[in-house]
Amino acid sequence: MYLTRKIEFSASHYYHNPALSPEENRRIFGKCNNPNGHGHNYTLEVTVQGEPDPVTGMVLDLKELKAVLEREVMQVFDHKFINREVPGFQAKIPTTENLAVAIWGLLQPKIPQGRLHRVRLYETPDLFVDYYGEGK
Amino acid sequence: MIYLTRGYLFCASHRLHSGRLSEEENWRVYGKCNNPHGHGHNYRLEVTVAGEIDSSTGMVCNLSELDSFVEQNILDRFDHAHLNRDQELFTDTVPTSENVCRAIFGIVKGGFKRAKVQKVWLGETSLNSFEYLEEADR
Repeated sequence: MYLTRKIEFSASHYYHNPALSPEENRRIFGKCNNPNGHGHNYTLEVTVQGEPDPVTGMVLDLKELKAVLEREVMQVFDHKFINREVPGFQAKIPTTENLAVAIWGLLQPKIPQGRLHRVRLYETPDLFVDYYGEGK
Repeated sequence: MIYLTRGYLFCASHRLHSGRLSEEENWRVYGKCNNPHGHGHNYRLEVTVAGEIDSSTGMVCNLSELDSFVEQNILDRFDHAHLNRDQELFTDTVPTSENVCRAIFGIVKGGFKRAKVQKVWLGETSLNSFEYLEEADR
């Protein structure tokens, strides 16, 4: 059984690799290279896999999952400038791909019951990435 | 492995009619979709590519390259077009969304080489959708 919970957070970022020249950065990242940053309303879908508990009928206690998402994701990312304020993204480009992997790393050890199956992160309604953990 | 999905929109008309069926059979099988004048949909297309994250760019593939490929090879071809008139794809093949979905997969897979094209999802309306993956990815 797969249970999916959705949250939304709003944050800003920009794409820049200091190892590349300014021209290369502009060529590769285009308008996303603007150093002042720009923002998105991100939608995160977290899917947990497990069997329903015979007593409660639930894969996991949604209240606990909501608390984990609030603490591990909302407080870290919501209304933040990711490049400056989120640990790990001073040296890593905050693409949707890298954000999904980072969110997996934050959530995977904290899932109260069941097993984290998938992280789906929407940057816009027309762009999302799926991550199922290392090697999958 | 990261799976990146990009969404697009195109508006097109089609008529479901098989040259291998009689007029009566066509009407029985396809119903109002067999209207000889055709009818149209706003198709939502989602293309999923899969790969590892490039450590220099943080990306699976550059979105602007995927966008321009899809724009030139899919949207320019199908948007505001009548699918049955596509001389290459739908002269002998009925442009059902199953066939349109598989044709788009073939075009994108065959031409876009910056990342592995894993899946094409096609929404004909908000109630009908189709997805195509190669056998090994199912």
